[in-house]
Amino acid sequence: MSVDTLPISIGFGGGAELLFGNKKNFAISLPVQEITKWQISDLLKWIQDNLLKERPELFIQDNSVRPGILVLINDVDWELMDTINYVIQPNDEIVFISTLHGG
Amino acid sequence: MPEETEVEQLEKEIEVLKQELKQKEARLQLLKSVKKQIVKHYSNHFTTDEITRYSRQMLVPAIGVAGQNALKQSNVLIVGAGGLGCPAALYLVAAGVGHLTIVDNDEVELTNLHRQILHTEADVGVPKVESALGKLSNINSNVKVNPLHLHVNSESLMGLLTKENFDVVIDCTDNVPTRYLLNDACVLKKIPLVSGSALQLEGQLTVYNYKNGPCYRCLFPVPPAPDSVTSCGDGGVVGIVPGVIGSLQALETVKIIADTSGVLNGRLLLFDGSNTTFRNVKLRNKNLDCQVCGSHPSITKLIDYEQFCGTRAHDKVINIEILSNSECMNVIQFSKVYEQAPIVIDVRPSVEYEMCHLTNSINIPYQDIEKDEHLDFLKELLAIHSGEKDVYVLCRRGNDSQRAVVKLRDQFRDSNFTFLNITGGLHSFAKQVDPAFPIY
Ligand SMILES: [Zn+2]
Repeated sequence: MSVDTLPISIGFGGGAELLFGNKKNFAISLPVQEITKWQISDLLKWIQDNLLKERPELFIQDNSVRPGILVLINDVDWELMDTINYVIQPNDEIVFISTLHGG
Repeated sequence: MPEETEVEQLEKEIEVLKQELKQKEARLQLLKSVKKQIVKHYSNHFTTDEITRYSRQMLVPAIGVAGQNALKQSNVLIVGAGGLGCPAALYLVAAGVGHLTIVDNDEVELTNLHRQILHTEADVGVPKVESALGKLSNINSNVKVNPLHLHVNSESLMGLLTKENFDVVIDCTDNVPTRYLLNDACVLKKIPLVSGSALQLEGQLTVYNYKNGPCYRCLFPVPPAPDSVTSCGDGGVVGIVPGVIGSLQALETVKIIADTSGVLNGRLLLFDGSNTTFRNVKLRNKNLDCQVCGSHPSITKLIDYEQFCGTRAHDKVINIEILSNSECMNVIQFSKVYEQAPIVIDVRPSVEYEMCHLTNSINIPYQDIEKDEHLDFLKELLAIHSGEKDVYVLCRRGNDSQRAVVKLRDQFRDSNFTFLNITGGLHSFAKQVDPAFPIY
């Protein structure tokens, strides 16, 4: 493993993937030259700059995710993981799920 | 026409047979109930028939005789008799709950039948709860099914929860305001809420407000913006997906009633049918500052949920009117000109255009128009027809076509073309011009 990147996987579901070219899974490497401790807040900015294809307001609001999106860090609700302050570890799986309302 | 007469004739005959069937069924029920009473009881809780009927389920240690008896004494409310409510009701009635109330305000439509498996072709136009009742009582006549054809709002729901003592409420609804309404009502009345949802190939399931777990508001204190919510009518749904989630809602309900461990509270199940994966994630704890279930709640009675969410409590589309009359044409006028018209632009998503379209129309999805992805193509098209004046723009219901006209008239401000919105879109066309055009 290279020392100058932070490999993680990112997932989108529940319709959130529509904002990312309809792709549900991304394997990415975050650069660690400028930011050494990547927090979720940094990741949100990175996603907005690098992955978000359209209508950013449907994903990000007030430096967090918009209401109705759940963030899961290794299958755990980010509320249990210090939300935007969580420090991302190598090989973490971070998933953004839009809640469904249909029936 | 001879077929018409035969259709009418058959309808009459079937009506007579239905009446006869009803009488015979009533007679059978009476005889059976007499027989049940004279059967010697070999069990403290169940009739002989019940023992036989539920034996396979009672043999499971987690259910047992105690669990089955708890089911028999239970009272369950299902809100929504659609894609989730149908399978949930079906399994709960088969499993032998005591009382089941089903609430829904809609009638059966042809677009429902691929997923709402209690309803048949003959039920189109019939209230869903009535259609459901017919099937459910055939499956298990021991269960007292109470069909309520009404709209759930703060008043009707509180009335119902106050009158009845429900052990579990199952959220099988299709819109955000009703989900908050059910959550708050269940918190106030201390009833566990089994919540399911489905769209396209994905489903979600959890149990709120159970054994000190979080409620819906703990997870989502702020409602989503209305334009970020997709309905089954717009996004589509594969029928089996609500089938899976609705069946699991019945399972969680049985587990709650039988008081087994392992209920899905404080966890969320995410089902993705596209790759057949289930993801089971750990949710946050109950939020002590939650507005409704926290230690100092600010919501102590039900509020106006449509106002709170900024949207209506159903999944129907709300029509917009953003154009002046001079930019609109009704479908009757359109029907007289469209076959000769060289430029008819259908702005629906391409999958909808592929399902059905007017033969001389051209598909430029509104999504592309919004992103200016069509400009060159449209410029070419207009150049070819430079002698023309009118460009007709239509869509499914006449809303996106209005938005498209606003965009197009600005972009082609300097041309001689007039962009005309077809009011009411293809829905109105099917209703007022040609009933052979599919309504979906
Ligand atoms: Zn709460």
